[in-house]
Amino acid sequence: MSLIRADHVSLAYGRQTVLSDVSLAIEPGEIVTLVGPNGSGKSSLVKVLTGQIRPDAGQVRRKPELRLGYVPQKLAIDQSLPMTVLRFLNLPRRRDPEAIRRAAAETGIEGLEQRQVADLSGGQMQRVLLARALLVSPELLILDEPTQGLDQPGEAAFYRHLERLRDSLGCAVFMVSHDLHVVMSASDRVICLNHHVCCEGTPKVVRDAPEYRALFGQGTQGALALYQHDHDHHHHDHEHDHQGHDHA
Amino acid sequence: MLDDFLVRAGLAGIGVAVAAGPLGSFVVWRRMAYFGDATAHAAILGVALALIFSVPVTAGTLIVALAMATGVSWLATRGHAMDATLGVLSHAALAAGLVAISFVPGVRVDLSAFLFGDILAVGKSDIAVIWGGAALVTALIAWRWSPLLTATLSEDLAVASGIDPRRERLVLTLALAVVVAVALKVVGALLIAAMLIVPAAAARSLSRVPEAMAFWAVAIGALAALGGLAMSYLGDTPAGPSIVVVAAGMFLLTTLVRRR
Repeated sequence: MSLIRADHVSLAYGRQTVLSDVSLAIEPGEIVTLVGPNGSGKSSLVKVLTGQIRPDAGQVRRKPELRLGYVPQKLAIDQSLPMTVLRFLNLPRRRDPEAIRRAAAETGIEGLEQRQVADLSGGQMQRVLLARALLVSPELLILDEPTQGLDQPGEAAFYRHLERLRDSLGCAVFMVSHDLHVVMSASDRVICLNHHVCCEGTPKVVRDAPEYRALFGQGTQGALALYQHDHDHHHHDHEHDHQGHDHA
Repeated sequence: MLDDFLVRAGLAGIGVAVAAGPLGSFVVWRRMAYFGDATAHAAILGVALALIFSVPVTAGTLIVALAMATGVSWLATRGHAMDATLGVLSHAALAAGLVAISFVPGVRVDLSAFLFGDILAVGKSDIAVIWGGAALVTALIAWRWSPLLTATLSEDLAVASGIDPRRERLVLTLALAVVVAVALKVVGALLIAAMLIVPAAAARSLSRVPEAMAFWAVAIGALAALGGLAMSYLGDTPAGPSIVVVAAGMFLLTTLVRRR
């Protein structure tokens, strides 16, 4: 049985069509990556799946009692709200301290428990949000552009981390990628969205699909770069910008 | 003991601090300062209508404040440019209330009591109303504390956890109307928003978790009420404004201590 499925979902803001007849299903344990240009409806689709937005047509069905871990795109906490990481992890429900220790170790945020959430860096915040999502022992993790703001090695490390999580927890992962051209190779399926589902399949199938090329052809000569497992050889192809470190 | 007007005033002030502290924290966290203003200003209109139709002032205030809070809350969800709209509503409610009060027949109404409060004149029944309202608001917020906090933090996260942010907003709207109705007698329509915001803002510097901020907001509000009463007694200053002045002084103090 699918963990979650959307059947013929359509959504419009006023006269602007955001989603048009979108159907998809996520099966237990699989990693699905959603790619699409800016404004293609990716975030809206996530919000429809998590129940934040009710679609105008079609329906979303969840497995009963689905344990859903949700990692939002960003979380801006007002400075006026005092909140330690530990208190945040216990919202809205108190969690078992042992479970919190495990999630903190799993996401590498040990030692941050007493820090104020508003003072965290982008990368730390991302890991705290992931830790919070893990506390529900999720069957499905939904992540909205989780690697935004990370550099390339950071992104690669995050993808490896997700893959390990999937293997150890057995949870399915549904992830929106902000980068059209870089998709984690461990994805079982890639769904390419431009208001409607224009193509889907394994990363290689999507890479070769004419619809994908038509949409994203300009960026890397149409290539869908995949993170392979030879990460040791990965350091050559990203640019370092040393300008920022110059002292006047 | 309750026969002493200063004791009654102190009890009334502490009651308002208890009701305003946790709610005021949410007002600060959610940046709803103008929301509090608009609702408090609407209280004057409630007073006018209550006097015209000969119903208890607290009931009239509660109903109009509730209508205003609901209206503003509904507008906020529409996502319009809220700043100007709230400003218009807030001042229009105040002005309309002042105009309406001039139509009240019979004895001349002591307007300044409603604008600035008349804490030294609270009677035993006023104290019962204030503490009843404070108990109601505290119970309401304590009951909804976790979902309220989650929805304040992020509506996205709240929905994903099965919380309906609209319901939590309604809780705050109700609580705000009750606080406005019970605080009117103590600090007056013009300074109710101050009792919400100033103690909570002062508590921010002392707190690392939300619960601590709500607690310190109550403590600071209560201290300010007693300090303001003392100032009023010794210096013959108006009591309501004196309370707010003391609270503002404590805000300055806690902020400076934190900066050090």
